[in-house]
Amino acid sequence: MNHEAFGLSTNLFAFLDWHGFFFLLFAGVACVAAVMVVLSDNVVRMALHLVLSLGATAGLFFLAGAEFVGAMQLMIYVGGTLVLLVFGVMLTAQTQLVALRTPAGDRVIAGILAASLLAVLVQAAFSIESWQKSGQGVATAPTATPLGMALVGVRVDQVEEENLVRPKSGYLLPFEIVSVHLLVVLVGAAYLARAKRRRVPRSVDLVASADSTKPMSSVAASSTLVAGGPK
Amino acid sequence: MTFVLCGVVSVSHYLVVGAVLFTCGVVCMALKRNALGVLMGIELVLNGANINFVAFGSEYLAGDGRSVLGLDGEVMALFVILLAAAEAAVALAITLNFYNNHATVDVDRADDLHG
Repeated sequence: MNHEAFGLSTNLFAFLDWHGFFFLLFAGVACVAAVMVVLSDNVVRMALHLVLSLGATAGLFFLAGAEFVGAMQLMIYVGGTLVLLVFGVMLTAQTQLVALRTPAGDRVIAGILAASLLAVLVQAAFSIESWQKSGQGVATAPTATPLGMALVGVRVDQVEEENLVRPKSGYLLPFEIVSVHLLVVLVGAAYLARAKRRRVPRSVDLVASADSTKPMSSVAASSTLVAGGPK
Repeated sequence: MTFVLCGVVSVSHYLVVGAVLFTCGVVCMALKRNALGVLMGIELVLNGANINFVAFGSEYLAGDGRSVLGLDGEVMALFVILLAAAEAAVALAITLNFYNNHATVDVDRADDLHG
């Protein structure tokens, strides 16, 4: 009896294709979360849905056999970039800024444009014959070693190619450019976002000390300074 | 749907997911008034492009066992992830600067250069 039920369940599981099942799961989560990012007005919920969408995208990368890119997506995107975004949300979280609403007319126009753009893209995705042939499900080799070798300039995946007389070069130069670019950008970002000494309270202090005999006018001057802002 | 469940996941299905993410990102960039929402739209657009790169580079999905891009697709996806991290850092710094100066993150109020 127990054995029979076990056999039935294995038959059921054999009938189901797990690659297709997990593709549907991850693709559904990614698409629904992306739509929720657009639809929600609250910026904290948008960040949460973005985490879901990017995590499901990493699952899609694993399913496509690109396990190193999937791991990097989880580590850099979900672990780094989104934490940065969440910090931005927290640093600018004032009650009137958390939910900035968009006018309804703009939403309607954007919906129509998005539907037409999506229709064009989906039609283009199904327009090429060879893109619709499914994979043979062969196990692919791990990609971490070829990727690492390609980044230092050696293409181990093309050693057997005939055109080694004209070998495709690796990615050493783009890798260097990207690394220096990342360093420069991060230094620039730290410079841009550094804590500056506020000018306004200092000038208020100067004004207040200059005419300390008239406290009312100093308060008025400071309020105009604060309200005037940088203009 | 049963088509996919019987094991016929192809490059086209990945392209559809990438198209949905790209469209959502474009709408997000155009529609959000919060500067951080615009940043999230950019992240979605880059991810849609990344899905396309990985799909074209995957030997697992390719019909005849030879993918279109090969390893180049995955290398490009890695570069896109790195550049997205750099872009997010500098855009967030600009947003924080704007917030310090204007006490808002509403992009409609960023009109100091308006003639």
